[in-house]
Amino acid sequence: MSAYTTRFGSLRNFQKGEIEIISDNPKNFAFSNVFDVASKSAPYEKVVVARNLQYVIEAIRAEGTSAWYAADHDEFVIVMDGAVEVELVKLDNPAEVALPGTNGAVMVRGEPAGKRMGRILLGRGHQALLPKGAAYRFRAEQPGCMIQQGIFGALSVEKWADICYR
Amino acid sequence: MNANTIITTAPSKLTGYCEFQLGNFSFSRDEYFVYVRWPAPATGTQTTHVMSADAFLRAMMRDVAWGFFYGQVNFDAVFGTTNLYGQVEVYAGAFNPAYASNKLALKETFDTPIVMATFKAILDDWTNKGFDPFAAPEETGTAWLGQKNGHNREAIDRARATCRRMPGLKGDAPLRTDDSGYPVNRAFRDVSQDEPVVMAEPGFENEVSAFNLFKFLSRSDVTWNPSITSVCKESLFCPTTEEYILPIKHGNDRVEWFLQLSDEITWDVESKETGMPRAKLTMRPGDVACMPADIRHQGFSHKRSMLLVWENANPELPKLYASGKLPINPIAF
Repeated sequence: MSAYTTRFGSLRNFQKGEIEIISDNPKNFAFSNVFDVASKSAPYEKVVVARNLQYVIEAIRAEGTSAWYAADHDEFVIVMDGAVEVELVKLDNPAEVALPGTNGAVMVRGEPAGKRMGRILLGRGHQALLPKGAAYRFRAEQPGCMIQQGIFGALSVEKWADICYR
Repeated sequence: MNANTIITTAPSKLTGYCEFQLGNFSFSRDEYFVYVRWPAPATGTQTTHVMSADAFLRAMMRDVAWGFFYGQVNFDAVFGTTNLYGQVEVYAGAFNPAYASNKLALKETFDTPIVMATFKAILDDWTNKGFDPFAAPEETGTAWLGQKNGHNREAIDRARATCRRMPGLKGDAPLRTDDSGYPVNRAFRDVSQDEPVVMAEPGFENEVSAFNLFKFLSRSDVTWNPSITSVCKESLFCPTTEEYILPIKHGNDRVEWFLQLSDEITWDVESKETGMPRAKLTMRPGDVACMPADIRHQGFSHKRSMLLVWENANPELPKLYASGKLPINPIAF
């Protein structure tokens, strides 16, 4: 038996932390919880939980099959809860999907034109590369939670007042 | 002054440790304590600051390993460094209102190589055999104390783990395994060691890629020492494993974000300029919080935990925040 128990969170079992204010404003810490956010989100809604200028971390509820997405830069996804399949297609003409220099993920209209790159089955704690120039989509049979590292884009959703301590 | 100009003494006949000089700062240690001394600008008289040697060595180890990091590295409420990126400002009392208002504080700026060389020499001389400044106290015990007893160069010369894109990709940082010298840490034996199932079509083996980040972190042999595990332009995911106390108080020169991956950390947040307490944050799995650009913070983790530190490595940021061109709090709502 392990002498230690490591605690992870999940959509069904999380306990948001706390802020004790001494001389400050809780809003300054933009304190949220990715499981809390994903538990209230629409499937694959990209809710920004951390933003540093143009860069973001988005909390995403994985449920069912997503649209196809692509970006003009690398992105990364980490599964925080559940099991998620990632499908990848090498785009024949990536600049037609995401114009060079475009920040953030864009939605691919219809089926992506390109060669199949493969599939990845992710569980809790697994991280995958979503490479520049590839289209990707997610599939999750049960609701799960992911975080995505990328750049603020047209699909990024900000609702700080709803998700943060005030 | 070049990096070869380390000013030091012969070993003490009483303790076996050398003393060191950097500008007007002198550094010495004995069986239990480190003494930092400097002439007070107001009077020229010697001012002395004392720290427990283990706390000093843990702090200096991070300062060296992180290349003086982003902004301030406060060893405690008195002594520390500010990274000026190419130069390092070493200070005593400069961000402590009592010292500063009584003109007892000293700040001196040096080229980075001489500070790095001096700090590495101090670490080399003062770290005894069996003491690992990166390890949790339960792991490394009390080998730090007493008279000089050998070295632990294997521990203090570790390179910070970084990647160009993501560990596991061809030509990028390796993953951690038993065979590569990274067994599962005692506090993470219950963390799943499974791997994602990767089914790459021929020719796409280096783009269809995934790894178990939690497994990777469960095998970290250091505490409070972020590695880099994904790079999106200047956006760096820098996860780390934390146990006991962050040995320094990090004073931000830019906004930084934390995402708690496992277990719990409590953060003391203070004013960067004065050290006055501002808030206490308790972060649990899934919690996300920003550290504004005008604070210093120190974490406490009672059980080894996994923390995602998220940095923006844009080199222009310190000037932009210092000039007021960027808001110190990144989110307004």
